[in-house]
Amino acid sequence: MDKATLLHYVVQASYFAAAVLFILGIKRMSSPVTARSGIQWAGVGMVVATVATFFHGNILNNSGVMVNVLLMVLAIGVSTVFAWVSGKKVAMTDMPQMVALYNGMGGGSAAAIGAAALIGASTGTSHHALGKAQIALAVVGALIGSISFTGSLIAFAKLQGWMDKTFRFGGQQVVNGLFFLSALGLGAALVFELNTTVVIAFFAVSLLFGVLMTLPIGGADMPVVISLYNAFTGLAVAFEGYVQGNVALIIAGTVVGAAGTLLTRLMAKAMNRSISNVLFSNFGGGGGGSSEIAGSQKPIDAADAASLLYMAEKVIIVPGYGMAVAQAQHKIWELSQQLIKRDKTVKFAIHPVAGRMPGHMNVLLAEAGVPYDLIADMDDINPEFSTCDVAIVIGANDVVNPVAKTDKSSPIYGMPILDVVNARQVIVIKRGKGAGFAGIENALFYADNCRMLYADGQEAANRLIAELKGIDSGGGH
Amino acid sequence: MISGEIALYLFMLAAFTGHEIISRVPVILHTPLMSGSNFVHGIVLVGAMITLGEATTVTQQVIGFIGVFLGAGNAAGGYVVTERMLEMFKSSKKEGAK
Repeated sequence: MDKATLLHYVVQASYFAAAVLFILGIKRMSSPVTARSGIQWAGVGMVVATVATFFHGNILNNSGVMVNVLLMVLAIGVSTVFAWVSGKKVAMTDMPQMVALYNGMGGGSAAAIGAAALIGASTGTSHHALGKAQIALAVVGALIGSISFTGSLIAFAKLQGWMDKTFRFGGQQVVNGLFFLSALGLGAALVFELNTTVVIAFFAVSLLFGVLMTLPIGGADMPVVISLYNAFTGLAVAFEGYVQGNVALIIAGTVVGAAGTLLTRLMAKAMNRSISNVLFSNFGGGGGGSSEIAGSQKPIDAADAASLLYMAEKVIIVPGYGMAVAQAQHKIWELSQQLIKRDKTVKFAIHPVAGRMPGHMNVLLAEAGVPYDLIADMDDINPEFSTCDVAIVIGANDVVNPVAKTDKSSPIYGMPILDVVNARQVIVIKRGKGAGFAGIENALFYADNCRMLYADGQEAANRLIAELKGIDSGGGH
Repeated sequence: MISGEIALYLFMLAAFTGHEIISRVPVILHTPLMSGSNFVHGIVLVGAMITLGEATTVTQQVIGFIGVFLGAGNAAGGYVVTERMLEMFKSSKKEGAK
Protein backbone atom coordinates (compact mmCIF):
# COMPACT_ATOMS: atom_id res chain seq x y z
CA MET A 1 0.00 0.00 0.00
CA ASP A 2 1.45 3.40 -0.88
CA LYS A 3 1.48 6.33 1.48
CA ALA A 4 -1.41 8.21 -0.16
CA THR A 5 -3.73 5.21 0.01
CA LEU A 6 -2.80 4.57 3.62
CA LEU A 7 -3.50 8.19 4.53
CA HIS A 8 -6.83 7.99 2.74
CA TYR A 9 -7.88 5.04 4.91
CA VAL A 10 -6.69 6.72 8.09
CA VAL A 11 -8.68 9.86 7.30
CA GLN A 12 -11.81 7.87 6.43
CA ALA A 13 -11.48 5.75 9.58
CA SER A 14 -11.18 8.94 11.65
CA TYR A 15 -14.41 10.30 10.13
CA PHE A 16 -16.14 7.01 10.89
CA ALA A 17 -14.92 7.12 14.49
CA ALA A 18 -16.08 10.74 14.78
CA ALA A 19 -19.57 9.84 13.51
CA VAL A 20 -19.85 7.02 16.05
CA LEU A 21 -18.62 9.27 18.88
CA PHE A 22 -21.14 11.98 17.92
CA ILE A 23 -24.09 9.57 18.03
CA LEU A 24 -22.98 7.96 21.28
CA GLY A 25 -22.29 11.41 22.71
CA ILE A 26 -25.76 12.74 21.89
CA LYS A 27 -27.25 9.54 23.25
CA ARG A 28 -25.42 10.04 26.55
CA MET A 29 -26.63 13.63 26.65
CA SER A 30 -30.21 12.40 26.93
CA SER A 31 -29.84 11.50 30.61
CA PRO A 32 -28.73 13.92 33.35
CA VAL A 33 -26.41 11.31 34.86
CA THR A 34 -24.30 10.65 31.76
CA ALA A 35 -24.81 14.00 30.04
CA ARG A 36 -21.46 15.54 30.82
CA SER A 37 -19.46 12.63 29.50
CA GLY A 38 -21.63 12.78 26.37
CA ILE A 39 -20.37 16.19 25.29
CA GLN A 40 -16.82 15.07 26.04
CA TRP A 41 -17.18 12.02 23.78
CA ALA A 42 -18.50 14.22 21.02
CA GLY A 43 -15.64 16.63 21.66
CA VAL A 44 -13.08 13.87 21.16
CA GLY A 45 -14.83 12.98 17.88
CA MET A 46 -14.53 16.58 16.72
CA VAL A 47 -10.81 16.81 17.50
CA VAL A 48 -10.11 13.47 15.77
CA ALA A 49 -11.99 14.54 12.62
CA THR A 50 -10.37 17.99 12.54
CA VAL A 51 -6.81 16.71 12.94
CA ALA A 52 -7.37 13.96 10.35
CA THR A 53 -8.61 16.52 7.82
CA PHE A 54 -5.15 18.12 7.62
CA PHE A 55 -4.07 14.86 5.94
CA HIS A 56 -7.00 14.75 3.51
CA GLY A 57 -5.85 13.95 -0.03
CA ASN A 58 -7.70 16.90 -1.62
CA ILE A 59 -5.74 19.28 0.61
CA LEU A 60 -2.29 17.63 0.29
CA ASN A 61 -2.51 17.26 -3.49
CA ASN A 62 -3.18 20.95 -4.06
CA SER A 63 -0.13 22.84 -5.34
CA GLY A 64 -0.93 25.76 -3.02
CA VAL A 65 -1.02 23.49 0.00
CA MET A 66 1.29 25.59 2.21
CA VAL A 67 -0.65 28.85 1.88
CA ASN A 68 -4.00 27.15 2.33
CA VAL A 69 -2.95 25.18 5.40
CA LEU A 70 -1.50 28.35 6.94
CA LEU A 71 -4.79 30.16 6.31
CA MET A 72 -6.62 27.20 7.85
CA VAL A 73 -4.53 27.25 11.02
CA LEU A 74 -4.96 31.03 11.27
CA ALA A 75 -8.75 30.88 10.85
CA ILE A 76 -9.16 28.00 13.29
CA GLY A 77 -6.84 29.61 15.84
CA VAL A 78 -8.44 33.06 15.85
CA SER A 79 -12.00 31.76 15.76
CA THR A 80 -11.46 29.11 18.44
CA VAL A 81 -9.90 31.62 20.82
CA PHE A 82 -12.74 34.08 20.22
CA ALA A 83 -15.47 31.44 20.68
CA TRP A 84 -13.78 29.77 23.63
CA VAL A 85 -13.27 33.00 25.56
CA SER A 86 -16.74 34.39 24.78
CA GLY A 87 -18.35 31.05 25.67
CA LYS A 88 -16.51 30.88 29.00
CA LYS A 89 -17.24 34.45 29.98
CA VAL A 90 -20.90 34.78 29.07
CA ALA A 91 -23.45 34.84 31.90
CA MET A 92 -25.85 31.90 32.11
CA THR A 93 -28.77 34.25 31.51
CA ASP A 94 -27.23 35.16 28.14
CA MET A 95 -26.91 31.56 26.95
CA PRO A 96 -29.74 31.75 24.37
CA GLN A 97 -27.98 34.38 22.27
CA MET A 98 -24.64 32.55 22.41
CA VAL A 99 -26.27 29.34 21.22
CA ALA A 100 -27.90 31.36 18.43
CA LEU A 101 -24.58 32.97 17.51
CA TYR A 102 -22.56 29.73 17.32
CA ASN A 103 -25.37 28.05 15.44
CA GLY A 104 -25.48 30.90 12.92
CA MET A 105 -21.73 30.55 12.38
CA GLY A 106 -22.25 26.87 11.49
CA GLY A 107 -24.97 27.82 9.01
CA GLY A 108 -22.68 30.42 7.47
CA SER A 109 -19.90 27.88 7.17
CA ALA A 110 -22.20 25.45 5.35
CA ALA A 111 -23.31 28.28 3.03
CA ALA A 112 -19.63 29.08 2.35
CA ILE A 113 -18.96 25.46 1.33
CA GLY A 114 -21.91 25.70 -1.06
CA ALA A 115 -20.72 29.06 -2.40
CA ALA A 116 -17.19 27.78 -3.08
CA ALA A 117 -18.54 24.66 -4.82
CA LEU A 118 -20.98 26.63 -7.00
CA ILE A 119 -18.54 29.39 -7.92
CA GLY A 120 -15.78 26.85 -8.54
CA ALA A 121 -18.01 24.86 -10.87
CA SER A 122 -19.37 27.94 -12.65
CA THR A 123 -15.92 29.35 -13.39
CA GLY A 124 -14.39 25.96 -14.14
CA THR A 125 -11.71 26.44 -11.50
CA SER A 126 -12.84 23.50 -9.38
CA HIS A 127 -11.13 20.11 -9.40
CA HIS A 128 -14.32 18.21 -9.89
CA ALA A 129 -17.36 19.02 -11.99
CA LEU A 130 -20.70 18.88 -10.23
CA GLY A 131 -23.63 16.74 -11.37
CA LYS A 132 -27.17 18.11 -11.40
CA ALA A 133 -28.08 16.39 -8.13
CA GLN A 134 -25.00 17.80 -6.45
CA ILE A 135 -25.73 21.30 -7.70
CA ALA A 136 -29.34 21.00 -6.48
CA LEU A 137 -28.22 19.88 -3.00
CA ALA A 138 -25.47 22.52 -2.90
CA VAL A 139 -28.14 25.13 -3.68
CA VAL A 140 -30.65 23.84 -1.09
CA GLY A 141 -27.93 23.52 1.56
CA ALA A 142 -26.66 27.02 0.77
CA LEU A 143 -30.20 28.46 0.98
CA ILE A 144 -30.94 26.83 4.35
CA GLY A 145 -27.47 27.62 5.66
CA SER A 146 -27.75 31.29 4.61
CA ILE A 147 -31.15 31.64 6.30
CA SER A 148 -29.77 30.04 9.45
CA PHE A 149 -26.71 32.32 9.31
CA THR A 150 -28.35 35.74 9.02
CA GLY A 151 -31.50 34.64 10.88
CA SER A 152 -29.47 33.49 13.88
CA LEU A 153 -27.46 36.72 13.84
CA ILE A 154 -30.70 38.73 14.00
CA ALA A 155 -31.94 36.47 16.82
CA PHE A 156 -28.62 37.05 18.57
CA ALA A 157 -28.91 40.84 18.17
CA LYS A 158 -32.46 40.81 19.50
CA LEU A 159 -31.67 38.65 22.53
CA GLN A 160 -28.57 40.71 23.24
CA GLY A 161 -30.78 43.80 23.26
CA TRP A 162 -28.96 45.39 20.32
CA MET A 163 -32.14 45.92 18.35
CA ASP A 164 -35.86 46.29 18.88
CA LYS A 165 -37.67 43.12 19.71
CA THR A 166 -39.87 43.19 16.66
CA PHE A 167 -39.77 45.04 13.37
CA ARG A 168 -42.89 45.06 11.27
CA PHE A 169 -44.30 46.89 8.31
CA GLY A 170 -47.38 46.57 6.15
CA GLY A 171 -47.35 43.76 3.62
CA GLN A 172 -44.30 42.23 5.29
CA GLN A 173 -45.42 38.68 4.61
CA VAL A 174 -45.88 39.48 0.91
CA VAL A 175 -42.40 41.00 0.69
CA ASN A 176 -40.88 38.04 2.56
CA GLY A 177 -42.76 35.62 0.31
CA LEU A 178 -41.40 37.37 -2.78
CA PHE A 179 -37.86 37.18 -1.45
CA PHE A 180 -38.23 33.49 -0.70
CA LEU A 181 -39.61 32.80 -4.19
CA SER A 182 -36.76 34.80 -5.76
CA ALA A 183 -34.22 32.74 -3.82
CA LEU A 184 -35.90 29.54 -4.98
CA GLY A 185 -36.08 30.81 -8.58
CA LEU A 186 -32.43 31.82 -8.67
CA GLY A 187 -31.50 28.49 -7.09
CA ALA A 188 -33.49 26.56 -9.69
CA ALA A 189 -31.84 28.58 -12.46
CA LEU A 190 -28.45 27.49 -11.12
CA VAL A 191 -29.37 23.82 -11.44
CA PHE A 192 -30.06 24.37 -15.15
CA GLU A 193 -27.12 26.62 -15.87
CA LEU A 194 -24.32 27.66 -13.56
CA ASN A 195 -23.48 31.33 -13.84
CA THR A 196 -21.33 33.30 -11.42
CA THR A 197 -23.58 36.39 -11.47
CA VAL A 198 -26.63 34.26 -10.64
CA VAL A 199 -24.68 32.55 -7.84
CA ILE A 200 -23.93 35.93 -6.26
CA ALA A 201 -27.53 37.13 -6.66
CA PHE A 202 -28.78 33.87 -5.16
CA PHE A 203 -26.64 34.30 -2.06
CA ALA A 204 -27.54 37.96 -1.67
CA VAL A 205 -31.27 37.18 -1.75
CA SER A 206 -30.94 34.12 0.54
CA LEU A 207 -28.96 36.01 3.16
CA LEU A 208 -31.38 38.94 3.05
CA PHE A 209 -34.34 36.59 3.38
CA GLY A 210 -32.91 35.19 6.62
CA VAL A 211 -32.83 38.72 8.03
CA LEU A 212 -36.35 39.61 6.86
CA MET A 213 -37.81 36.35 8.10
CA THR A 214 -36.46 36.82 11.63
CA LEU A 215 -37.17 40.54 12.06
CA PRO A 216 -40.89 40.24 12.93
CA ILE A 217 -40.46 37.35 15.39
CA GLY A 218 -40.81 38.35 19.05
CA GLY A 219 -38.90 37.30 22.13
CA ALA A 220 -41.28 34.68 23.50
CA ASP A 221 -41.12 32.77 20.21
CA MET A 222 -37.33 32.52 20.39
CA PRO A 223 -37.25 28.95 21.80
CA VAL A 224 -38.93 27.76 18.62
CA VAL A 225 -36.80 29.91 16.33
CA ILE A 226 -33.44 29.01 17.88
CA SER A 227 -34.34 25.33 17.80
CA LEU A 228 -35.52 25.60 14.19
CA TYR A 229 -32.34 27.32 12.98
CA ASN A 230 -30.34 24.64 14.77
CA ALA A 231 -32.15 22.01 12.71
CA PHE A 232 -31.60 24.15 9.57
CA THR A 233 -27.85 24.28 10.09
CA GLY A 234 -27.80 20.51 10.62
CA LEU A 235 -29.59 19.93 7.32
CA ALA A 236 -27.42 22.45 5.48
CA VAL A 237 -24.32 20.64 6.74
CA ALA A 238 -25.74 17.29 5.58
CA PHE A 239 -26.48 18.62 2.07
CA GLU A 240 -23.08 20.24 1.65
CA GLY A 241 -21.60 16.99 2.96
CA TYR A 242 -23.21 15.20 0.04
CA VAL A 243 -21.75 17.74 -2.39
CA GLN A 244 -18.28 17.03 -0.98
CA GLY A 245 -18.88 13.28 -0.67
CA ASN A 246 -18.04 13.53 3.04
CA VAL A 247 -19.85 10.89 5.12
CA ALA A 248 -19.04 12.53 8.48
CA LEU A 249 -20.89 15.69 7.46
CA ILE A 250 -23.86 13.75 6.08
CA ILE A 251 -24.33 11.66 9.21
CA ALA A 252 -23.70 14.36 11.82
CA GLY A 253 -25.75 16.93 9.91
CA THR A 254 -28.73 14.64 9.36
CA VAL A 255 -28.79 13.44 12.97
CA VAL A 256 -28.85 17.04 14.18
CA GLY A 257 -31.38 18.03 11.53
CA ALA A 258 -33.79 15.28 12.57
CA ALA A 259 -33.27 15.82 16.30
CA GLY A 260 -33.64 19.58 15.89
CA THR A 261 -36.84 19.24 13.89
CA LEU A 262 -38.33 17.04 16.59
CA LEU A 263 -37.34 19.50 19.32
CA THR A 264 -38.78 22.40 17.32
CA ARG A 265 -42.10 20.59 16.98
CA LEU A 266 -42.15 19.88 20.73
CA MET A 267 -41.64 23.60 21.40
CA ALA A 268 -44.35 24.65 18.98
CA LYS A 269 -46.71 22.06 20.44
CA ALA A 270 -46.12 23.47 23.92
CA MET A 271 -47.46 26.76 22.58
CA ASN A 272 -50.32 25.07 20.76
CA ARG A 273 -49.14 26.57 17.49
CA SER A 274 -47.67 25.25 14.30
CA ILE A 275 -44.10 26.13 13.31
CA SER A 276 -45.35 28.14 10.34
CA ASN A 277 -47.69 30.04 12.65
CA VAL A 278 -44.72 31.02 14.82
CA LEU A 279 -42.74 32.14 11.78
CA PHE A 280 -45.36 33.95 9.78
CA SER A 281 -48.24 35.04 12.00
CA ASN A 282 -46.85 38.25 13.57
CA PHE A 283 -48.12 36.92 16.86
CA GLY A 284 -48.33 39.26 19.80
CA GLY A 285 -48.57 42.43 17.74
CA GLY A 286 -51.75 43.87 19.16
CA GLY A 287 -53.63 41.24 21.11
CA GLY A 288 -56.35 43.89 21.24
CA GLY A 289 -59.13 41.39 20.79
CA SER A 290 -58.91 40.03 24.30
CA SER A 291 -61.75 40.84 26.62
CA GLU A 292 -61.59 42.95 29.76
CA ILE A 293 -61.35 41.11 33.05
CA ALA A 294 -63.59 42.05 35.96
CA GLY A 295 -62.12 42.66 39.40
CA SER A 296 -58.82 44.14 40.45
CA GLN A 297 -55.27 43.10 41.19
CA LYS A 298 -54.78 42.81 44.92
CA PRO A 299 -51.35 43.80 46.23
CA ILE A 300 -49.56 42.20 49.16
CA ASP A 301 -46.47 43.33 51.05
CA ALA A 302 -43.43 41.20 51.76
CA ALA A 303 -44.28 40.71 55.46
CA ASP A 304 -47.71 39.24 54.72
CA ALA A 305 -46.34 37.14 51.88
CA ALA A 306 -43.65 35.78 54.19
CA SER A 307 -46.19 34.75 56.81
CA LEU A 308 -48.20 32.95 54.12
CA LEU A 309 -45.02 31.04 53.26
CA TYR A 310 -44.30 30.47 56.93
CA MET A 311 -47.66 28.73 57.38
CA ALA A 312 -47.47 26.74 54.16
CA GLU A 313 -46.45 23.11 53.97
CA LYS A 314 -46.02 22.81 50.26
CA VAL A 315 -44.74 25.57 47.98
CA ILE A 316 -44.41 25.46 44.20
CA ILE A 317 -42.28 28.08 42.48
CA VAL A 318 -43.01 28.97 38.85
CA PRO A 319 -40.16 30.89 37.18
CA GLY A 320 -40.37 32.66 33.83
CA TYR A 321 -38.27 34.90 31.64
CA GLY A 322 -38.67 37.74 34.17
CA MET A 323 -36.53 35.76 36.60
CA ALA A 324 -33.75 35.66 34.02
CA VAL A 325 -34.03 39.40 33.37
CA ALA A 326 -33.84 40.13 37.10
CA GLN A 327 -30.99 37.58 37.52
CA ALA A 328 -33.01 36.39 40.51
CA GLN A 329 -32.31 32.65 40.28
CA HIS A 330 -29.72 32.64 43.08
CA LYS A 331 -31.94 34.61 45.47
CA ILE A 332 -34.94 32.42 44.66
CA TRP A 333 -32.91 29.32 45.53
CA GLU A 334 -31.77 30.99 48.76
CA LEU A 335 -35.42 31.64 49.61
CA SER A 336 -36.27 28.03 48.75
CA GLN A 337 -33.50 26.77 51.02
CA GLN A 338 -34.93 28.88 53.85
CA LEU A 339 -38.28 27.19 53.26
CA ILE A 340 -36.77 23.70 53.03
CA LYS A 341 -34.94 24.37 56.31
CA ARG A 342 -38.35 24.95 57.88
CA ASP A 343 -39.52 21.50 56.70
CA LYS A 344 -41.59 22.71 53.79
CA THR A 345 -41.82 20.85 50.50
CA VAL A 346 -40.53 23.05 47.68
CA LYS A 347 -40.81 22.27 43.99
CA PHE A 348 -40.13 24.17 40.82
CA ALA A 349 -42.59 24.00 37.94
CA ILE A 350 -41.26 24.67 34.46
CA HIS A 351 -43.32 25.37 31.37
CA PRO A 352 -41.69 23.96 28.21
CA VAL A 353 -41.44 27.37 26.54
CA ALA A 354 -40.59 29.49 29.57
CA GLY A 355 -37.66 31.73 28.72
CA ARG A 356 -35.89 32.31 25.44
CA MET A 357 -34.65 28.86 24.48
CA PRO A 358 -35.79 25.30 25.12
CA GLY A 359 -35.14 24.45 28.77
CA HIS A 360 -33.84 27.95 29.59
CA MET A 361 -35.24 27.95 33.14
CA ASN A 362 -33.70 24.55 33.95
CA VAL A 363 -30.28 25.90 33.09
CA LEU A 364 -30.68 28.99 35.25
CA LEU A 365 -31.95 27.02 38.24
CA ALA A 366 -29.11 24.54 37.81
CA GLU A 367 -26.68 27.46 37.79
CA ALA A 368 -28.10 28.66 41.11
CA GLY A 369 -27.56 25.15 42.51
CA VAL A 370 -31.11 23.81 42.47
CA PRO A 371 -30.92 20.00 42.30
CA TYR A 372 -32.71 18.76 39.19
CA ASP A 373 -34.96 16.38 41.09
CA LEU A 374 -36.75 19.38 42.63
CA ILE A 375 -37.65 20.60 39.15
CA ALA A 376 -40.81 19.23 37.56
CA ASP A 377 -42.18 19.34 34.02
CA MET A 378 -45.61 20.73 33.29
CA ASP A 379 -47.45 17.42 32.94
CA ASP A 380 -46.04 16.05 36.19
CA ILE A 381 -46.64 19.11 38.32
CA ASN A 382 -50.08 20.27 37.12
CA PRO A 383 -52.09 17.81 39.29
CA GLU A 384 -50.05 18.95 42.31
CA PHE A 385 -51.14 22.60 42.32
CA SER A 386 -54.46 21.71 43.98
CA THR A 387 -52.54 20.23 46.92
CA CYS A 388 -50.12 23.11 47.31
CA ASP A 389 -50.54 25.88 49.86
CA VAL A 390 -48.66 28.65 48.10
CA ALA A 391 -47.57 28.98 44.49
CA ILE A 392 -45.01 31.69 43.78
CA VAL A 393 -44.96 33.01 40.22
CA ILE A 394 -41.81 34.95 39.39
CA GLY A 395 -41.48 36.56 36.00
CA ALA A 396 -43.89 34.19 34.26
CA ASN A 397 -47.06 35.49 32.66
CA ASP A 398 -48.68 33.96 29.60
CA VAL A 399 -47.75 30.39 30.60
CA VAL A 400 -49.87 30.68 33.77
CA ASN A 401 -52.79 32.60 32.25
CA PRO A 402 -56.05 30.65 32.74
CA VAL A 403 -57.51 32.59 29.79
CA ALA A 404 -55.77 29.99 27.62
CA LYS A 405 -58.35 27.50 28.88
CA THR A 406 -61.46 29.66 29.23
CA ASP A 407 -61.51 32.40 26.59
CA LYS A 408 -61.95 31.14 23.05
CA SER A 409 -61.33 34.57 21.57
CA SER A 410 -57.91 34.86 23.18
CA PRO A 411 -54.85 34.51 20.93
CA ILE A 412 -53.34 32.05 23.40
CA TYR A 413 -56.50 29.93 23.67
CA GLY A 414 -55.56 26.23 23.65
CA MET A 415 -51.98 26.71 24.79
CA PRO A 416 -51.15 24.25 27.59
CA ILE A 417 -50.54 26.20 30.82
CA LEU A 418 -49.39 25.58 34.36
CA ASP A 419 -52.53 25.37 36.54
CA VAL A 420 -51.20 27.79 39.13
CA VAL A 421 -54.68 29.16 39.72
CA ASN A 422 -55.62 25.89 41.46
CA ALA A 423 -53.23 26.54 44.32
CA ARG A 424 -54.74 27.62 47.65
CA GLN A 425 -52.85 30.89 47.50
CA VAL A 426 -50.87 32.45 44.65
CA ILE A 427 -48.20 35.11 45.07
CA VAL A 428 -47.09 36.82 41.87
CA ILE A 429 -43.77 38.65 42.00
CA LYS A 430 -43.81 41.27 39.28
CA ARG A 431 -42.24 44.67 38.61
CA GLY A 432 -45.56 46.38 37.95
CA LYS A 433 -48.95 46.00 36.36
CA GLY A 434 -49.13 45.32 32.67
CA ALA A 435 -49.73 42.57 30.18
CA GLY A 436 -47.37 39.81 29.12
CA PHE A 437 -45.48 39.39 25.87
CA ALA A 438 -48.61 38.51 23.93
CA GLY A 439 -50.27 41.71 25.16
CA ILE A 440 -52.99 39.71 26.85
CA GLU A 441 -54.41 40.54 30.27
CA ASN A 442 -53.71 37.74 32.74
CA ALA A 443 -56.87 36.51 34.50
CA LEU A 444 -54.71 34.86 37.18
CA PHE A 445 -53.68 38.28 38.52
CA TYR A 446 -57.35 39.12 39.14
CA ALA A 447 -58.24 35.80 40.78
CA ASP A 448 -59.51 35.82 44.38
CA ASN A 449 -56.67 33.64 45.63
CA CYS A 450 -53.96 35.73 43.99
CA ARG A 451 -51.88 38.50 45.57
CA MET A 452 -49.40 40.70 43.75
CA LEU A 453 -46.01 41.43 45.26
CA TYR A 454 -44.79 44.36 43.18
CA ALA A 455 -41.01 44.33 43.22
CA ASP A 456 -37.90 43.41 41.30
CA GLY A 457 -37.34 39.65 41.54
CA GLN A 458 -34.08 39.79 43.50
CA GLU A 459 -35.33 42.46 45.87
CA ALA A 460 -38.58 40.58 46.52
CA ALA A 461 -36.72 37.37 47.35
CA ASN A 462 -34.35 39.29 49.63
CA ARG A 463 -37.22 40.87 51.54
CA LEU A 464 -39.04 37.53 51.85
CA ILE A 465 -35.90 35.90 53.26
CA ALA A 466 -35.46 38.75 55.78
CA GLU A 467 -39.11 38.58 56.83
CA LEU A 468 -38.95 34.79 57.26
CA LYS A 469 -35.92 35.15 59.53
CA GLY A 470 -37.76 37.93 61.36
CA ILE A 471 -40.73 35.65 62.07
CA ASP A 472 -38.32 33.08 63.50
CA SER A 473 -36.61 35.46 65.88
CA GLY A 474 -39.58 37.64 66.69
CA GLY A 475 -41.82 34.68 67.45
CA GLY A 476 -44.57 35.73 65.13
CA HIS A 477 -45.84 38.80 63.45
CA MET B 1 -17.35 9.88 -3.79
CA ILE B 2 -20.56 8.18 -2.70
CA SER B 3 -23.39 7.30 -5.02
CA GLY B 4 -26.84 8.83 -4.84
CA GLU B 5 -28.65 5.75 -3.55
CA ILE B 6 -26.14 5.17 -0.76
CA ALA B 7 -26.46 8.81 0.26
CA LEU B 8 -30.24 8.41 0.37
CA TYR B 9 -29.93 5.42 2.70
CA LEU B 10 -27.49 7.38 4.84
CA PHE B 11 -29.93 10.29 5.10
CA MET B 12 -32.75 7.96 6.08
CA LEU B 13 -30.83 5.98 8.70
CA ALA B 14 -29.22 9.05 10.23
CA ALA B 15 -32.59 10.84 10.37
CA PHE B 16 -34.13 7.90 12.26
CA THR B 17 -31.14 7.83 14.57
CA GLY B 18 -31.53 11.54 15.35
CA HIS B 19 -35.23 11.11 15.95
CA GLU B 20 -34.77 8.08 18.19
CA ILE B 21 -32.02 9.34 20.44
CA ILE B 22 -33.82 12.57 21.21
CA SER B 23 -37.45 11.45 21.43
CA ARG B 24 -37.43 10.42 25.09
CA VAL B 25 -35.42 13.25 26.54
CA PRO B 26 -36.68 15.00 29.70
CA VAL B 27 -37.43 18.72 29.35
CA ILE B 28 -34.64 19.47 31.81
CA LEU B 29 -32.09 18.50 29.18
CA HIS B 30 -33.60 20.36 26.24
CA THR B 31 -31.11 23.19 26.41
CA PRO B 32 -27.94 21.10 26.76
CA LEU B 33 -29.18 18.74 24.09
CA MET B 34 -29.94 21.53 21.66
CA SER B 35 -26.64 23.12 22.48
CA GLY B 36 -24.91 19.74 22.18
CA SER B 37 -26.41 19.05 18.77
CA ASN B 38 -25.42 22.62 17.88
CA PHE B 39 -21.86 21.59 18.70
CA VAL B 40 -22.11 18.38 16.64
CA HIS B 41 -22.96 20.22 13.44
CA GLY B 42 -19.72 22.09 14.02
CA ILE B 43 -18.33 19.16 12.00
CA VAL B 44 -19.01 21.57 9.13
CA LEU B 45 -15.51 22.80 10.02
CA VAL B 46 -14.09 19.67 8.37
CA GLY B 47 -15.98 20.42 5.16
CA ALA B 48 -14.86 24.04 5.19
CA MET B 49 -11.24 22.96 5.72
CA ILE B 50 -11.44 20.78 2.61
CA THR B 51 -13.00 23.68 0.69
CA LEU B 52 -10.14 25.97 1.71
CA GLY B 53 -7.57 23.23 1.10
CA GLU B 54 -8.83 22.72 -2.45
CA ALA B 55 -8.88 26.42 -3.24
CA THR B 56 -6.87 27.49 -6.29
CA THR B 57 -8.15 31.05 -6.73
CA VAL B 58 -8.16 33.99 -4.32
CA THR B 59 -11.98 34.05 -4.34
CA GLN B 60 -12.11 30.43 -3.24
CA GLN B 61 -9.47 31.09 -0.59
CA VAL B 62 -11.49 34.00 0.82
CA ILE B 63 -14.72 31.98 0.89
CA GLY B 64 -12.90 28.99 2.34
CA PHE B 65 -11.26 31.14 5.00
CA ILE B 66 -14.63 32.57 6.04
CA GLY B 67 -16.07 29.05 6.11
CA VAL B 68 -13.28 27.67 8.31
CA PHE B 69 -13.48 30.69 10.60
CA LEU B 70 -17.24 30.32 11.07
CA GLY B 71 -17.09 26.53 11.39
CA ALA B 72 -14.37 26.64 14.05
CA GLY B 73 -16.43 29.18 16.02
CA ASN B 74 -19.43 26.87 15.85
CA ALA B 75 -17.45 23.89 17.11
CA ALA B 76 -15.44 25.63 19.84
CA GLY B 77 -18.25 27.85 21.11
CA GLY B 78 -20.78 25.05 21.01
CA TYR B 79 -18.51 22.83 23.05
CA VAL B 80 -17.72 25.41 25.74
CA VAL B 81 -21.30 26.48 26.42
CA THR B 82 -22.62 22.90 26.42
CA GLU B 83 -19.97 21.73 28.85
CA ARG B 84 -20.62 24.69 31.12
CA MET B 85 -24.33 23.95 31.21
CA LEU B 86 -24.01 20.21 31.74
CA GLU B 87 -21.49 20.71 34.50
CA MET B 88 -24.16 22.49 36.55
CA PHE B 89 -26.79 19.77 36.61
CA LYS B 90 -26.67 18.05 39.97
CA SER B 91 -29.00 15.79 41.90
CA SER B 92 -29.79 16.53 45.56
CA LYS B 93 -29.22 12.86 46.32
CA LYS B 94 -25.59 12.98 45.33
CA GLU B 95 -22.77 13.78 47.67
CA GLY B 96 -20.81 16.95 47.16
CA ALA B 97 -23.67 19.07 45.90
CA LYS B 98 -23.10 22.43 47.47
